[in-house]
Amino acid sequence: MHIPDGFIDIPTSAAFAAASAVAVAGAVKGARKQLSEQSAPLAGLTAVFIFAVQMLNFPVAAGTSGHLIGAALAMVLVGPYAATLALVVVLIIQAFLFADGGLTALGLSIFNMAVISVWVSFIVFMILKKILPRTKSWLVVASFISALISVPAAAIGFVIQYAIGANATFSVGTVLNAMVGTHILIGIGEAIITALTVSAVLASRSDLVFGWDRKNSQLEIRS
Amino acid sequence: MMKISNRKFFASAILISAILAGGVSFYASSSPDGLEKVAEDVGFIETAKDHSFGDFTLADYGFKGLENARLSVGFAGLIGVAATALIALGLFRFIQKKSPNKNQ
Repeated sequence: MHIPDGFIDIPTSAAFAAASAVAVAGAVKGARKQLSEQSAPLAGLTAVFIFAVQMLNFPVAAGTSGHLIGAALAMVLVGPYAATLALVVVLIIQAFLFADGGLTALGLSIFNMAVISVWVSFIVFMILKKILPRTKSWLVVASFISALISVPAAAIGFVIQYAIGANATFSVGTVLNAMVGTHILIGIGEAIITALTVSAVLASRSDLVFGWDRKNSQLEIRS
Repeated sequence: MMKISNRKFFASAILISAILAGGVSFYASSSPDGLEKVAEDVGFIETAKDHSFGDFTLADYGFKGLENARLSVGFAGLIGVAATALIALGLFRFIQKKSPNKNQ
């Protein structure tokens, strides 16, 4: 969902770039409080893994592909603040090194994938954690659902930007239908990859997982 | 559940990422992604501008000059993994809590 230059006009792009900058500044502040010597490297590794998996486009329907965003995955592993920053690093590298995602559109893409996607998935995840039993299996289920919703959430972010400042004149309703329909399908792929990855990290190093309460596990003792 | 060491976890994560970006990426679908397909179907793809850095060596996840498609995308992927590792690990190390003794 990397937006190329030209879809959205410059004033709208600039406004979202400013909003993204504020969100990123907030994320730096939040991450500073949340990241320990233990979890900081995991946040870096999460960004690396997301960059790699974003290269793996999977087919979702005739002539359409999707790839992981990684917002929900990063949020479960390292918390929402560090997740926003991990996504920002990936999006900047993609735009500047690989010409993936326009430069004037970077603020728009950051807002959809590093802000909306991360924080919507975080809200969904926190609600599910309250409702669901506190086991690793249910944590994986919560990750799956958060990831599933995070993708159409980012797609709706784009539709809002389109509604405000599109350079084209096609109806917002048409774009909304097409974007949400397609991105629910992509969300299923996102959910599967997220659930598998969260399971793997829970199995090997549950102590590092932000979304997993350490007190649940008797093996790790930290005082 | 076995708990693996920090070093082993770190090495595995980097290795898996390198294999995915450097090898598996060759098999990725080349169909347009969700947004691009919607833009084509609805019609606003016309408003897209060429990327300012479209002529760069690594543009579109290939290494300019490398004829072999497998090597080209693989090499680009590995450079991306290295760049992300360098920047992200550095950034989070810089951001992390300065007095780790407090909560250990």
